[in-house]
Amino acid sequence: MRELEAKTRQLRQTILQVICRGGGGHIPACLSIADILAVLYHAILRVDAAAPESSDRDRFILSKGHAGVALYAVLAQRGFIDEQQLYTYGHAGTALGGHPDMHKLPGVEASTGALGHGLGFGLGMALAGEMDNKDYRVFVLLGDGECQEGSVWEAAMFAAQHRLDNLVAIVDYNKLQALDRLDTIVSLGPLADKWQAFGWEVRQVDGHDIPELLDTFGKVPFAPGKPSLVLAHTIKGKGISFMENVPIWHYRLPNEAEMKIACEELEINEPCGIVS
Amino acid sequence: MRNAYITTLYELARDNRDIMALVSDNGAIVYDKFRRDFPDQFINVGIAEQNLVSLAAGLAVCGKVPFAYTIAGFLTMRAFEQVRNDVCLQKTNVKLAGIGVGFVYSDLGPTHHSTEDIALMRALPGMTIFSPADPVEARNVTRAAARIDGPVYLRLATSGTPVIYEDDYDFQAGRGVTLRQGDDLTIIATGNILHEVLRAADDLETAGIAARVVNLHTLKPIDEEIIVKAAAETRAILTVEEHTILGGLGSAVAEIIAENCSEPVRFKRMGLQGVFPSGYGSYDEMKEFNQLSHSHIGSEAKELFKSRTEFIC
Repeated sequence: MRELEAKTRQLRQTILQVICRGGGGHIPACLSIADILAVLYHAILRVDAAAPESSDRDRFILSKGHAGVALYAVLAQRGFIDEQQLYTYGHAGTALGGHPDMHKLPGVEASTGALGHGLGFGLGMALAGEMDNKDYRVFVLLGDGECQEGSVWEAAMFAAQHRLDNLVAIVDYNKLQALDRLDTIVSLGPLADKWQAFGWEVRQVDGHDIPELLDTFGKVPFAPGKPSLVLAHTIKGKGISFMENVPIWHYRLPNEAEMKIACEELEINEPCGIVS
Repeated sequence: MRNAYITTLYELARDNRDIMALVSDNGAIVYDKFRRDFPDQFINVGIAEQNLVSLAAGLAVCGKVPFAYTIAGFLTMRAFEQVRNDVCLQKTNVKLAGIGVGFVYSDLGPTHHSTEDIALMRALPGMTIFSPADPVEARNVTRAAARIDGPVYLRLATSGTPVIYEDDYDFQAGRGVTLRQGDDLTIIATGNILHEVLRAADDLETAGIAARVVNLHTLKPIDEEIIVKAAAETRAILTVEEHTILGGLGSAVAEIIAENCSEPVRFKRMGLQGVFPSGYGSYDEMKEFNQLSHSHIGSEAKELFKSRTEFIC
């Protein structure tokens, strides 16, 4: 547990510094999912950097591709990417784009960025696994704003119809989208009930509570013959006080004074990148 | 043409259990045999074209060879971004079979016509486009699609397509076919409309004009050689497509001529002139309404031949 906490702390430190050094990115969207990624990659997913193409591996798709830096950071922790390579982000010639590219980095299962694609893509993987009697699982992490895309619900209906219990979707439910709170733009309404009504078995968790995340992910599938949905209540910008729940930070870099505060809060002793 | 596609897909699926037929709530009756014999290789995703394509891409990265089939406009337009990002960008081995291309779904109206699909699919990196002219060619392109490791768009008309080719037709993917020799002008066409073109060529012959007829069953990669040769030898090119003239066959041929031909060439594109198909009626009536019947093609060819004669002198 202590080790996982250290991993999440390191993830947050890496996210902030990689994005700031790279000159742009979605810091709060990455911080929102840092704990989820740490638990998945260090305790749940059966993946191996030495055999990234193994046909039996679990698959993870970051459908909210704009949080790509969080994925890069955890892939580096698991040895898929060189730590030093992380800091090529934002610089000419890098393989680490603003959104992840499956053909450029090992461990990236799908090229995402346009929202509403990942769940359908993951469905295909889950269905293939079932047809071939494989026991791998497919995890798809969606943004809450992404759930405004109609294609998400096309995929949701199909998964229930085909009883794909090897499919786990996680919604990063931070209640914010680019411009404002979801509720002030297009509300998702009773989101847990919606997924339940679409035939998924739903569990709600605190998306920053590591024991709770461990316990929840350890229990998938939640019901035989049903796809699993983890509705993770999160805080966009978690860990940096002035970013938390403030929409304007969706795509913004801290200035020098703000960076100093952010580094203190994330316990970064020697900041390696401050944007001028 | 539809039956030729499904029969061929049946044979492919029998020999390779990774081949799958995906549909979006269409293909009643015609898929019955496939469904009965290979239920595990058949999926109806419901009326959800975006999911049809994303799902196919996910299956493909796990080793399956999905043939996603639905009405061409819905497939290439509703799900365009899925085709772009999930299929082309990720280079997944997905085959897209668009049925009812052009305005063969005549009196169903423009929502069910597919007259911009070539332009859309042609713009996508890595996409191969086949546009068969008859059932024999449909069989050949379906087999060719299965041999290609990567995205393919099959542009299929529906049932009742007249047969042009003999069964022993020597099909070669990427190579155009000279269906008729002639040196007065060349008519280049693709797909279902070729039947009208051949009739027009018969009429032209009676009028003393020897029209060369070239069929491009593969629109991407396109056979540059056959186009450049025809342009050099006949100095007049008429393209005919059941599609808008913007971005389709005519545009592709024009690009090649402009970049490769040193001698002047008379050139004309027939097709929808930047408009939606007009009128409700039978398929033959639709060709009349939209100036794509054999008599319209014959008239345009005569005009072009005449202008070539004046032009070259």
